[in-house]
Amino acid sequence: MEDKHQWPLYEVFVRSRGGLDHKHAGSLHAADARMALEHARDLYTRRQEGVSLWVVRSTDITASDPVDADSLFEPARDKVYRHPTFYDIPDEVKTL
Amino acid sequence: MSAGIKVRDDDLFRYALRLGDLSLVVGQRLGEWVGHSPALEEDLGLANMALDLIGQARLLLGYAGEIEGRGRDEDQLAFLREHGEYLNPTLAEQPNGDFALTIVRQVLIDAFQLELYERLTASTDERLAAIAAKAVKETRYHLRYSGGWLVRLGDGTLESRARTSSALERLWSFTAELFAEDEVDRAMADRGIAPRLADVQKAWNARIDALLAEATLERPPDRPFQWFGKQGAHSEHLGYMLTEMQYMQRTYPGARW
Repeated sequence: MEDKHQWPLYEVFVRSRGGLDHKHAGSLHAADARMALEHARDLYTRRQEGVSLWVVRSTDITASDPVDADSLFEPARDKVYRHPTFYDIPDEVKTL
Repeated sequence: MSAGIKVRDDDLFRYALRLGDLSLVVGQRLGEWVGHSPALEEDLGLANMALDLIGQARLLLGYAGEIEGRGRDEDQLAFLREHGEYLNPTLAEQPNGDFALTIVRQVLIDAFQLELYERLTASTDERLAAIAAKAVKETRYHLRYSGGWLVRLGDGTLESRARTSSALERLWSFTAELFAEDEVDRAMADRGIAPRLADVQKAWNARIDALLAEATLERPPDRPFQWFGKQGAHSEHLGYMLTEMQYMQRTYPGARW
């Protein structure tokens, strides 16, 4: 049952400029998606932080359980060969 | 008004004051919500709009001061005029009431400012055109915000719908003044500085009717009763608002932030 006295929670993602990814900025309460976008604009882009916004209901996000962290992420630890560290990177390439 | 004192272009001076005072007064009203909004997010939303409006008022009153040519700046015009020298339409000064009343007032004013600024971008007065070009973007967002709330409240619960209808009923009689053309409006339109108010009214009507339909609210009947805030004759509410707004400048003259 949804709490009628509290607006649902939305997660806000902000793209700071063209070409970059949307990054999680925080959350807010809103009655619907349109209101969530407006609130996100007023709360998270008031100092020119962004050029694009995504909002998504927090309940629509499926998150991994911290309890499972060991089984999910530990197995990758001893597989350093997945990092392509053996390539020579030319000096001119700055942003790799 | 400034009777007996020669102003270089009295019509343009008064017109700039009207635009500036509308933004100033409704911006001050929205500021009164800070700390009292129904949700933290709305607190910021309303304050954000208030800041846009006060920014518009600064530009417009600053320009009015230059036209007047007596050395008054935006602060002196905003904080040191008397009650009867404010030229905002009476609608702007109406008290906040409940959230529904504030939203209805905002929708009526946002739609008016939007239609006005859109046309003022083509003004023969370059300063006004430039100010309008900046303000029109802000105002488009204001109407998106207030219009969204109008639909949510009107097409919402029985309680929100009742409150919104009664707010609409209460404020509707102030809307006629927005479009009541007087000699200043006529002079501005003749010189190509401002649009004809009849054109603004037509566009405003279409916009408001569409919003009311979406909000499933009924448009109240037009009443012949007139207000004259644009000429400086205000409702009883402006004086109380100015007392609070002007307190600081009158107690500490020339105080700066």
